[in-house]
Amino acid sequence: MGILKKFVYSQKVAPYIFISPFVIIFLLFWFYPLTNSFVMSFQERMLGQAPKWIGAANYKKLLTDEVFLQAVGNSIKYMVGTLILLIPFPMLLAVLINSKLMIGREFFKSAFFLPALTSVAVAGTIFRLIFGEMNGSLLNSFFDIFGMGPFKYLKDGTWSYIALLVLACWRWTGVNMLYFLSGLKSIDNEYYEAAAIDGASAFQQFKTITMPLLRPTTIYVVTISIYAGLAMFTESLMLFNGNNSPKNIGLTIVGYLYRQGIEKNKLGYAATVGIVLLIVAMIINVTQLAFTGMFRKEEG
Amino acid sequence: MTNASMAKKNTIKVSNVRENKKNKAFSILLFIFFIALFCLIMIPFYAITLAAFKPGESLIRYGLNLKFDLSIMSFNNFKFLFTGDHDYFIWFKNSMVITIVQVTLTLLVSAFVAYGFSAYDFKGKNFLFICVLLTMMVPFEILLLPLYTLINDLGMMNSFSAIILPGIANAGTIFFFRQYLKGVPKEIIAAGRVDGASEYGIFFKLILPVMKPSFAAMAILNGMNSWNNLLWPFMVLGDQRKFTLPIGLKTLLTPYGNNYDLLMVGSFFAIFPIFILFMCFQKYFIDGMTAGAVKG
Repeated sequence: MGILKKFVYSQKVAPYIFISPFVIIFLLFWFYPLTNSFVMSFQERMLGQAPKWIGAANYKKLLTDEVFLQAVGNSIKYMVGTLILLIPFPMLLAVLINSKLMIGREFFKSAFFLPALTSVAVAGTIFRLIFGEMNGSLLNSFFDIFGMGPFKYLKDGTWSYIALLVLACWRWTGVNMLYFLSGLKSIDNEYYEAAAIDGASAFQQFKTITMPLLRPTTIYVVTISIYAGLAMFTESLMLFNGNNSPKNIGLTIVGYLYRQGIEKNKLGYAATVGIVLLIVAMIINVTQLAFTGMFRKEEG
Repeated sequence: MTNASMAKKNTIKVSNVRENKKNKAFSILLFIFFIALFCLIMIPFYAITLAAFKPGESLIRYGLNLKFDLSIMSFNNFKFLFTGDHDYFIWFKNSMVITIVQVTLTLLVSAFVAYGFSAYDFKGKNFLFICVLLTMMVPFEILLLPLYTLINDLGMMNSFSAIILPGIANAGTIFFFRQYLKGVPKEIIAAGRVDGASEYGIFFKLILPVMKPSFAAMAILNGMNSWNNLLWPFMVLGDQRKFTLPIGLKTLLTPYGNNYDLLMVGSFFAIFPIFILFMCFQKYFIDGMTAGAVKG
């Protein structure tokens, strides 16, 4: 056996060989781009041209950039909307579907999951057309029954917000319900039996047993919802058939990053947008984790 | 039996009957509620299915609706899909190729790495595992631009490898496999060493077969992400004949020529292979898509 072969096959070196694909991909496609993002945010840079150092100018400009602030507002509004709609209702649905009295449990579990199988391209297309402004489009013909409309949904701020949330709810209610269901399965039935003997109502049982014991699942779902909500872009891209919505009502943080970086080739400025997004996401998440962590300590 | 206990028994019976009735009513109400919700969720699917049979022109003029109008419905769009002059099946094939290659590589590489983390103790292990976790904590969208410039510098624009490579050591998948490997008895490794197998032989011949059950869920999770991925391929692939299905469908969203005919029937046709797969492998789909919550 050659020395090299002996070296590679030794028990000391083998673990590093096993880890190496991750290390390479991590350095090349994660660490380097992320570092580069920081570097670029202090530069004026265009694709294929030499970068120019401009210090913190991008950050100064960004914080007074009204379109950017609007995009941040839109993204946060969307994130808050998905948190309000996609945590409590799926949790309630999971509790209901998990009930002994539920008929057709497996069928509904699968059926509610179906929207998650559609790509954002297909789902976005369908919802763009459902919220179409023609008199005969699905929603307008529905409101017509009550003598209302027709509305131009995707040209109105509030309606566009509703459309984005409806799309999110349609796609993710079933998945979040399944998250909570798998959390419910880990709760010992004895708790409920004991509570029932003590005469606790269904609501009291939900409040004192289900909710606290579902906390790990809830934290997980909240965390991914915060990230997904803040980083939302493709839903808006599909719904408005492009990155340019009227008066930027559908513009998100990542949408603005895309506009500056790809459409206008201002890579440095766009990188700054990315860094701010990273900071906002981290702050919200750390705050959220600190809060949920604190509550846990209080009870423990 | 005394009269008193008889009476007590009867009241219990009565209250049980009442309880049963109440339960039955609740059960039916619950069922009606879920049926209603089910109908609501199915509306978009129903609408797209109807639209696949209607001419695109009616869609442009009247919008997407739920009118079941046999006078304008036909198989013309399907005929156009299968015989017309368009790139739909090139996109379909591209998506298939990317998905299959990406899933195969991701599973293999991630399992390889996960085994390294689970089977050995080595210097820097904890630090490296924190790196795995870190990659899960930064939204991919932040990397979009620097990754885009990197791919450009590497001359990988317009190539499938630019889409596939960055994701093959997938942190979520590594994490999932590592959890799974915790349940695999260490004796397998020891026995392999006694038999004179090399460290890599142990992984490929003894460990990989044992890991099979955990592959299905991760294959589905990665496959779904890859098949449905829009943004990154959209940025990297500029050549129309290299488009994946989601990009292709997106470009059809402008009402021009036969676009809407193809868009509707094409969207319909993009959903249904996955639905069929889902019907066959439901359990794995649900395991895969909810894998995060279990580990979290």
